[in-house]
Amino acid sequence: MARMKFLADAERCIECNGCVTACKQEHDIPWGVNRRRVVTLNDGVPGEKSISVACMHCSDAPCMAVCPVDCFYKTSEGVVLHDKDLCIGCGYCFYACPFGAPQFPQDGAFGLRGKMDKCTFCAGGPEADFSAAEFRKYGRNRLAEGKLPACAEMCATKALLGGDGDAIADIYRNRVLVRGKGSEVWGWGTAYGTPDRPAAKPGG
Amino acid sequence: MNARLVAAILLALPLFVAAGCGEQQAVTVFKQGTYQGKPDARPWDSADFKGDKAEWERAINTRMTGQNEYVRIKGG
Repeated sequence: MARMKFLADAERCIECNGCVTACKQEHDIPWGVNRRRVVTLNDGVPGEKSISVACMHCSDAPCMAVCPVDCFYKTSEGVVLHDKDLCIGCGYCFYACPFGAPQFPQDGAFGLRGKMDKCTFCAGGPEADFSAAEFRKYGRNRLAEGKLPACAEMCATKALLGGDGDAIADIYRNRVLVRGKGSEVWGWGTAYGTPDRPAAKPGG
Repeated sequence: MNARLVAAILLALPLFVAAGCGEQQAVTVFKQGTYQGKPDARPWDSADFKGDKAEWERAINTRMTGQNEYVRIKGG
């Protein structure tokens, strides 16, 4: 197992926000915090593209580099996690992150900024596996259950792939070769097949 | 004051004096560039896999390949 990564396929994403909903439901995320969101480029213009964005679990994560209390760590699977007991909610990680992944729950009369919250690749955090404390602070630990992140598994069009970087890159490469490019990507031929490439049939 | 009480006080005195030594460190000792938080368990050390890394990798691989619909649909 190399490094756990997400891969978003802009050709397939239909902006259904199923990944966002799956994430919020899986981890019981409070109002105002979005560990994952769907970003649409050229919204409303023909040819618009959407991608699902969350923490990309960078190999050389800038959030880890700038954290003044060093509350970040990287697991052996390449998942970037942090210790909420140590986080001081300063927001440096938010400024450093190129994806806007770190989220800060706001609470209280003056919108007090809480401790940072972000995508955990459904790997929980530094608490006992499956404990109430782990769920409350970091959400469900699906990786320890032998499952992939809820967002990727929930994606209806499989635009969002999650897992070992090499494995999902192979899936994506194969997909690009099969579907072609430009006008070949979507359309009649893709849906119903062409003489040289018959339509796909559901198998068992 | 009876001798037994005095002896008990003398024996208990070091415990009170040394009580402060057992205090937990409340402030993080900062080490530049080193993770300061609590340790985390590996995913295959959970109750579901009991340290069996191969079994965990098999479970994850099954789900990863399941994301490729071309291997699930004939003629794709």
